[in-house]
Amino acid sequence: MLKLRVALSCAAALLLGVAGAQAEDTVKIGIIAPYSGQFADTGVQMDNGIKLFTQQHGDKAGGKKIELIRKDVGGIAPDVAKRLAQELIVRDKVDLLAGFMLTPNAMAAGDVSAQAKKFMVVMNAATSVIIDKSPYMVRTSVTTPQINENYGAWVFKHGTKKVYTMVSDYGPGQDAEQAFHRGFKAAGGEIVGADRFPVANPDFSAFVQRAKNANPEAIYIWVPGGTQPAAIAKALAERGINPSNTKIFGQGELTLPEALKSMGDSAIGIITAFHYDYNHQSATNKEFVGAFEKMHNRIPDIYSVGAYDGMHLIYAALDKTKGKTDGEALVNAAKGMAWESPRGPISIDPQTRDIVQTIYIRKVDKVNGQLVNVEFDKVEKAKDPTHGMKK
Amino acid sequence: MISQIMGVLFDGFAYGMLLFLLSVGLSVTLGLMNFTNLAHGSFAMLGGYVTVTLMRDAGWPFLLTLPVAFVAAAVASVAFERTLFRRLYRATELNQVLFTIGLVFVMAAAAAYVFGTVAQPVRVPDYLNGSFRIGGINFAVYRLFLIGMALVITVLLVIGLEMTRFGAQVRAAVDNQRMAKGLGIDVDTVFAVTFALGSGLAGLGGALAIEIVGLDPSFGFQYLVYVLIVVAVGGLGSIGGSFLAATLLGVSDVAGKFYVPQLGAFLIYAIMVGLLFFRPAGLFGKR
Repeated sequence: MLKLRVALSCAAALLLGVAGAQAEDTVKIGIIAPYSGQFADTGVQMDNGIKLFTQQHGDKAGGKKIELIRKDVGGIAPDVAKRLAQELIVRDKVDLLAGFMLTPNAMAAGDVSAQAKKFMVVMNAATSVIIDKSPYMVRTSVTTPQINENYGAWVFKHGTKKVYTMVSDYGPGQDAEQAFHRGFKAAGGEIVGADRFPVANPDFSAFVQRAKNANPEAIYIWVPGGTQPAAIAKALAERGINPSNTKIFGQGELTLPEALKSMGDSAIGIITAFHYDYNHQSATNKEFVGAFEKMHNRIPDIYSVGAYDGMHLIYAALDKTKGKTDGEALVNAAKGMAWESPRGPISIDPQTRDIVQTIYIRKVDKVNGQLVNVEFDKVEKAKDPTHGMKK
Repeated sequence: MISQIMGVLFDGFAYGMLLFLLSVGLSVTLGLMNFTNLAHGSFAMLGGYVTVTLMRDAGWPFLLTLPVAFVAAAVASVAFERTLFRRLYRATELNQVLFTIGLVFVMAAAAAYVFGTVAQPVRVPDYLNGSFRIGGINFAVYRLFLIGMALVITVLLVIGLEMTRFGAQVRAAVDNQRMAKGLGIDVDTVFAVTFALGSGLAGLGGALAIEIVGLDPSFGFQYLVYVLIVVAVGGLGSIGGSFLAATLLGVSDVAGKFYVPQLGAFLIYAIMVGLLFFRPAGLFGKR
């Protein structure tokens, strides 16, 4: 009887030991993104990027197995995001957090990351200050000033002296407006008018008429993706404002593929600045787009590439730390990392932990009967200019 | 100066007509049947998707898709009415609201599942694009088209309600259901047809609106508020009231955004609050 008990206890101890060791051999990643609600489409594209990466690179990194736990934040809900981050860390015992489409959610989760000392990868949210919320946070997407301040300077240097700006009146739109104004004015330009329209504005006729009355040399527009780009572009075209008589500048959301389909030929000549387009001519991107289309029957966008690069960063950091998952180790491994992404060469700034990348200037043109954004200029190694600036 | 004001009036009136087209169906169902159908915006969304799908996948011309959008939304509403809504005719307004809001969520999820979450590209034929200038005022062709459609529908509805036998039956059934039944009017069928008509109008409104406002699965949520404002301000059951309310709201929204853009979307709500303060039943409401 005693022998049986000893034998059984030994077996139990061995099993527990093995089970414990197995748990340590897995790295759990908590992904917080909007899989439902108004931003569901962006969440889907982000997830598509993640799925493609794991399909291509398997589920092992740094010698450990990677497990992804997805949580739906449903939309702009910082309290939900905070709760989900806490639950992921405390209940699901994740080793790091990733995802984050929307700024308020990223800010809320940033607090949790700082407190719990967990590595956090922001795959989309584009407001500058997010990165300051936690010393264990890095970003693989873009920041609004990174695009727009550099863009403002570019616009002036390329022959436009006066611009009328129109933006959506909420965080990112205001950021874009301020950044563009800064860059443009610092280079020597003059802002002749600045309008802000409500979020999800249904009818642009009043704003477009105001812009028309000012008779500007150029109009700068910032709208979020979805239904707004086509709506404002159509309102402009309706009033006879098009690139043949007024230069139209925008951030890449203005000329997303589905928006271009709605706008038709009136969009030809619109100039936008963005960090990624599926048409980017590089071998890495062609491969990426091909694999993405094959897997998801859809073209990748900035959300997909932000997530794809985020996963690359996580895997590479884990390889570098040989599987160690504490926040300090991973964030130090991530600082300074540089690689070729489908969008071009990118790196993580060791000082700010934010992404450094090329901003492309593109023009809408008809290529093979289809409207596409054709890259014709770029700003290389663009950084977020507001970083480190004391208010 | 004058041309600016005229321009604002035209654009405002056109926007008002867009709101009217989306809301008139709700005024009909809410006012005449006393059934709070918040899923009205979802029927509009359905009409929008019907139009987009027919144009893109079957190559139909835009104008031909409009009656199909109307019929599709009407048929869908009949299906919902027979199976779900008629159980709630006697329920409290809160229950009707809760139920139909739930329906909005379900339909949004269904739309996301079937069509994807991406914004749908919408292109109307070239003869509806562009604009022309008369006397310094810009007249957009599509907005003229919207105004035209709204006026035609108003006239048809008013004639239908005031001068046809069916219209008389509807009015009788609304005023006094028991009496109407006693006189041999088939109230159930009258209500079902009225509901179908109201929802069909929503579908048509949606199909017409998407060129200006775009289409994605959250359409039912986004325009619900505007539709409710128009119906509340206009008075339940009054088509003339909806027309006037929509005009008022459209013009003040566009005028506000044009002259004082910092007020933005606030003006439309301020006007609603102000009006309801003095006339709680709406402009032409009976209750």
